[in-house]
Amino acid sequence: MKKLSARRRHPLAAVVVLLLALACTGGLYAVFAPADKAQAEETSQSLAIDEGKKLYSVGCASCHGTGGQGTSDGPSLVGVGAAAVDFQVGTGRMPAQQPGAQVPKKKNIYTQAEIDQLAAYIASLGAGPAIPTAELYSPEGADIAKGGELFRTNCAQCHNFTGKGGALTHGKYAPSLEDVDPKHIYEAMQTGPQNMPSFPDTTMSEQNKKDIIGYLHAVNSDDTVEPGGLNLGGLGPVTEGLFGWIFGLGALVAVAIWVAARTAKAKKS
Amino acid sequence: MSTTTTTDARGKAPAGERVADWADGRLGIYSLAKANLRKVFPDHPSFMLGEICLYSFIIIILTGVYLTLFFHPSMNEVEYTGSYVPLQGQLMSEAFNSTMHISFDVRGGLLIRQIHHWAALVFLAGMFVHMMRVFFTGAFRKPREINWVFGFLLFVLGMFTGFTGYSLPDDLLSGTGVRFMEGAVLSVPIVGTYLSFFLFGGEFPGGDFVARFFAVHVLLLPGIMLGLVVAHLILVFYHKHTQFAGPGRTNNNVVGMPLMPVYMAKAGGFFFLVFGVIAVIAALVQINPIWSLGPYRPDQVSTGAQPDWYMGFSEGLIRAMPGWEIDFAGHTLVLGVFIPLMIFPLVLVAIAVYPFIESWVTGDKREHHILDRPRNAPTRTAVGVAWITWYCVMLIGGGNDLFATHFHLSINAVTWFVRIAFFVAPVIAFVVTKRICLGLQRRDRDKVLHGRESGIIKRLPHGEFIEIHEPLSQEQLHTLTAHEQYEPVEIGPKVDEHGVERKIPASEKLRAKLSKNYYGEGHQIPKPTVEEFKEITSGHGHH
Amino acid sequence: MSSQDIPEKNLPTAQDEHGAAVAVADEENPFADPGLPPHEHRIQDIDERAAKRSERTVALLFTTSMLATIGFIASYVTIPIDQNIFVWPIGHISALNFALGMTLGVALFAIGAGAVHWARTLMSDEEIVDERHAIEATPEVKAKVIADFKQGAKESALGRRKLIRNTMFGALALFPLSGIVLLRDLGPLPGTKLRHTLWKPGKLLINQNTHEPMRPSDIAVGSLTFAQPEGLEEHDHDFQKEIAKAALMLVRIQPDNIKDKQTLEWSHEGILAYSKICTHVGCPISLYEQQTHHVLCPCHQSTFDLADGGKVIFGPAGHALPQLRIGVNDEGYLEALDDFEEPVGPAFWERG
Repeated sequence: MKKLSARRRHPLAAVVVLLLALACTGGLYAVFAPADKAQAEETSQSLAIDEGKKLYSVGCASCHGTGGQGTSDGPSLVGVGAAAVDFQVGTGRMPAQQPGAQVPKKKNIYTQAEIDQLAAYIASLGAGPAIPTAELYSPEGADIAKGGELFRTNCAQCHNFTGKGGALTHGKYAPSLEDVDPKHIYEAMQTGPQNMPSFPDTTMSEQNKKDIIGYLHAVNSDDTVEPGGLNLGGLGPVTEGLFGWIFGLGALVAVAIWVAARTAKAKKS
Repeated sequence: MSTTTTTDARGKAPAGERVADWADGRLGIYSLAKANLRKVFPDHPSFMLGEICLYSFIIIILTGVYLTLFFHPSMNEVEYTGSYVPLQGQLMSEAFNSTMHISFDVRGGLLIRQIHHWAALVFLAGMFVHMMRVFFTGAFRKPREINWVFGFLLFVLGMFTGFTGYSLPDDLLSGTGVRFMEGAVLSVPIVGTYLSFFLFGGEFPGGDFVARFFAVHVLLLPGIMLGLVVAHLILVFYHKHTQFAGPGRTNNNVVGMPLMPVYMAKAGGFFFLVFGVIAVIAALVQINPIWSLGPYRPDQVSTGAQPDWYMGFSEGLIRAMPGWEIDFAGHTLVLGVFIPLMIFPLVLVAIAVYPFIESWVTGDKREHHILDRPRNAPTRTAVGVAWITWYCVMLIGGGNDLFATHFHLSINAVTWFVRIAFFVAPVIAFVVTKRICLGLQRRDRDKVLHGRESGIIKRLPHGEFIEIHEPLSQEQLHTLTAHEQYEPVEIGPKVDEHGVERKIPASEKLRAKLSKNYYGEGHQIPKPTVEEFKEITSGHGHH
Repeated sequence: MSSQDIPEKNLPTAQDEHGAAVAVADEENPFADPGLPPHEHRIQDIDERAAKRSERTVALLFTTSMLATIGFIASYVTIPIDQNIFVWPIGHISALNFALGMTLGVALFAIGAGAVHWARTLMSDEEIVDERHAIEATPEVKAKVIADFKQGAKESALGRRKLIRNTMFGALALFPLSGIVLLRDLGPLPGTKLRHTLWKPGKLLINQNTHEPMRPSDIAVGSLTFAQPEGLEEHDHDFQKEIAKAALMLVRIQPDNIKDKQTLEWSHEGILAYSKICTHVGCPISLYEQQTHHVLCPCHQSTFDLADGGKVIFGPAGHALPQLRIGVNDEGYLEALDDFEEPVGPAFWERG
């Protein structure tokens, strides 16, 4: 399967497929797809859909049904859109390994091209959000402060004030947003994976999402400055209390033992 | 004035002495110093725990005064224009704004804030451990009961001073904590709504609570605490320190190093050590990053909403409580909040009244200056461990969401664990601790009677292997047998002197029962007697 | 509870009254107190070179402290407040905070370490004995005090002149009332303030993200949106107070999945508007699980089922989450049809 798709892959296919996937959402991004290329795109789009279908029947159909209609093991994929596929497969959540309270993220085993083909196939089943362009999710041009406010209104209740994650009911959880690709964050907001509610463009504008990503980039990335020092996981008073007890009081008790200990006596000769 | 013995060539006392003379003429310092300059303090690491508290309290006061120079206790809304980019242009209260200013635009302000907060956590933790040290060694017994109560009050006041301080920056986390407090006040039957309106100057959050908490945090509570600390220290001086049993250490003396110079250097030095350690922690480890939390808005929240550790047990109580609510005759009894609100002080009072219960059970009216080893008071030790277990169960409840995420558990399961463990865990802890204490007592008894296991195996001529037990020195024998053992109280005669049946009050029955559980057979291991010892040692040497 | 309650024999044998008297090991009592062991010398007590070494160590520590303080001042003057450095393994931190804290910490710690090392190695470590003295007064002193007190009480005539006594107690008992009365103006009376929010018929639902009114088509199934009443602005004087009651969360559930009839009736085509304020103690509750339709409170884990009238299904909350009746106005925007029927937020005595 992999061989087959690799052989057929055109050097530009990835770019074209990406554009196509966008186009199929209803021409929202039609401006990126010049008219004179439309014919060629259509052809390669149906090609991608074919490839995606093959990938789908191997990796996804057992739970989501042969036509994406869903089974008792997995929801219908009609209308979830390419963005949902890109998120679920791109973060390794799908294909799921085992049932449980929540499907965790894991190492992604598909190439981006394969994900795009899968996405093209799922998008062909019913209209849904497309994979966002880099311009949409890039932190550049974001109003970080506004993003912070939006984050605290919409996201912090589950994901913690700087996106360190938190608990939900019965073993479910909101994952940490550390090191998550901004594209995936954007897609998660758009599509609402698993139990996360969606924040569609109609109620949370593209600029809103960009601001949120910009804020997260500022407060939860490798370059984030924690002026006060070690952030103890950014989890608030629980870890601070543990640190205060173990290292704060612990160090002081160690010092106290030294202060109160008897000085070594001279050895009797 | 002419008592000087050290006069220089011109017959004039040295300058220091002249200053002291001047002071003595007005304050009587010589008489004061006579008793105290060479006052003896016994050396033991656990006796330094109180000092950790005292010094962190001083550090908190010093840094707190600095912070008041910059903090604006006001809830007027302003727009942030400071140097922290992710909040620029946001609306926030002046309290939050000035805390941001301290953290980002005052040089060293962040350090002082972090020292203040870390010292507060250490202060409370130190008090907790200090209190447990006093508890487990029986240092609360006569004549120190009042000082136990002072210490307890300091711990409780420290909790509330901490809570009010934590609320001052008006950040998203502390605001959520204040909202919780408002909900708790509302749950009080009959007057709750009024109390809440008076506390907040109207509806929550209003514009008053920061200023009010500020007065409570910097003036009212620390003022009371300062008074209590002074009284606590005066009593420590007056009673003289307790000590562990040992050769030469009796109930009527205190053995150790003199205040001048050793303890002055050690205690004075320890202040700097504590301050130094906390300063280094504040340099390396961030605490309460309000810039990440953001300003408070009643419609925003972050998961992981917890108070500082010392309030964590109350958080656990409220998280584990089932949602009981009773509506009757147009009124609502909010048991789901009110019951935890009532248990909260009871948890603290439970440990505070223990010394008085114990002294009632023993009926002992004598002074005690020799500390118990925890094993030699098995019931007391078991009660203490059960209480700590109880407290820790509630702490776990207060962090149930983080337990769930970090140990991959269901938050509902953690909550159910806390609900059950709240009742079961202290009982288990009590039983287990008591058995461990009794085991340790038996070991001490064996050690006294049979000597220390040397680890040397010897083969006897007829082939038997024995381990050589080294006899203990007299110092060790004395130390291991110095503790006192009570006999259980018995209910007095059933009939009085006229042969008439006596009415036995319930309290007397209860006391007899408790006493039996403290000191009856199987509740303590009788310490070896001289006769037992002689019989074993004189017979066939050590076996 | 006098000591007669406990027979003397139940108390442990009389405590050792010897003070520090050194009891020699005797045949009679092998457990007797042998007295303080003889003092042993430290190396520094007998070896002047070791003592010198200690002296140098202490001096070095004090010197370190001086240098660290100079370092503190130098850091304060030279390091800009906004400069960051990377410190492994901590990460990017404020250079100034790091430098000031470390130098201050070292300066203080070195003083302490110096003093303690000095005390431990160079000051005498000979233990001395202090006798304790009885705290209780002698019977003579006690008798004198009681006699003095009785004399004073008699001279005051308080026992005889009951009128003085009673009125004095009355006055002392009453005057604190002034202090309590003075607290009255701490806040207004509750009245019915907790029963009303800004919502009223015709108020548009304003999206908190976009600050625009919303059409039903904007709200997708599985989405979560937060709304506030039209006309409320963040700059308003009473914004905090009003949003604390009026904050709203909007979700959309397929009408087939809505279990409660009234919930469906109060919705607009499956768009449900619930109070965002937890009915337990008032945390903003909005951890919405779109597949289970449960919403969890991050503070105390009360869990509500939004598909079933906001009923409590777990945790300490005592009653359901209030739902706001919504509809669509002539222009097609979502609007409130009424205020909340019951008070939002935590329960209180008068809630009923």
